[in-house]
Amino acid sequence: MSEVDRQLRNAVRESRHGGPSQRALDELAARAEREGLIDVAYGQADSPFGPLTVATTDAGLVLLAYPELSIDDVLERLAREISPRVLAAPRRVDPIRRELDEYFEGRRREFDQPVDWRLVHGGFFEAILRATAELGYGETVSYREIAERAGNVKAVRAAGNGLGSNPVPIVVPCHRVVATGGGLGGYTGGVERKQQLLALEGSLAA
Amino acid sequence: MSLPPFQVLIDSHGAVVHRFLVASVGPIDADDCFQEVWIAALRAYPELRSDDNLRGWLLKIAQRKAIDAHRAAGRRPAPAESLPEIPVPPGEPIDGEPRLWAHVRALPEKQRMAVFLRSVADLEYAEVSAALDCSEDAARRNVHEGLKRLREELAR
Repeated sequence: MSEVDRQLRNAVRESRHGGPSQRALDELAARAEREGLIDVAYGQADSPFGPLTVATTDAGLVLLAYPELSIDDVLERLAREISPRVLAAPRRVDPIRRELDEYFEGRRREFDQPVDWRLVHGGFFEAILRATAELGYGETVSYREIAERAGNVKAVRAAGNGLGSNPVPIVVPCHRVVATGGGLGGYTGGVERKQQLLALEGSLAA
Repeated sequence: MSLPPFQVLIDSHGAVVHRFLVASVGPIDADDCFQEVWIAALRAYPELRSDDNLRGWLLKIAQRKAIDAHRAAGRRPAPAESLPEIPVPPGEPIDGEPRLWAHVRALPEKQRMAVFLRSVADLEYAEVSAALDCSEDAARRNVHEGLKRLREELAR
């Protein structure tokens, strides 16, 4: 390595300006937001299950991911299915973060943030999830019941699949759909979480 | 083809773009320039036809914005259609930055870019030539000439 190369490398290393400051990055995100250049904004929200990744578009909350999902995979999916203009913009997710906080503290019984349904593929899946979104706090129904409310009482299995594909669990409360005969049925985030959410809502002994 | 999430670009290439700007326009203007680069990239991003060499694409935007900043500052006469090749005097290093940066900034545009991309950003010559829209030979020549000039400046 030449003397100049070495000095260049040292200059890079020693420089206090080796990368953008956090302030520069925050200002960039703020300006991108002001200029309407963020198609999907994401950030984190606290939960008893660990940090959730939440993503919003202009239309509303589009995705809520449990902690075990890799953030890289989540962002890839958003880029592929919505727009590559996916940016970390914590301020944009503040409203839903606050609502989730209140929900987990037992101070909120329904969510006011609108849902963007565009990651839901298939008319029947969307009907199932929209019917699910109507379920009240602490209310539970069977898979058959939700299939019926979505307009096809025979499509119980499809209803289960639709609930399993829910891109915004908790907020669209698929945990309130349970098996008949005392079982809980499945849950994408793990059945213990379903149990915990139902216990929080008082519809199940903790 | 599916483009990576934009945040991944910022996370992976933000530092190299920023260092390039510090070397090009100095630490004081680098932050403003940094914002201009990424906003321009974000605007153009959905229309991008290829995800090859995204770093080269970003550095090309950074190069344009650095030239804009030089022009705005009136630091050098700027012909409209070609890159300015007239070196400016090094001037004083800014608040404790390595003396070398002042010399790097004083290199003619193409040499400065080529030296930065090769020696600081560690790009291969093929990537340097893609970022600079020149042949690989020209990229090698510019790196060589730029380093030679730096060596002379530093020997003084």
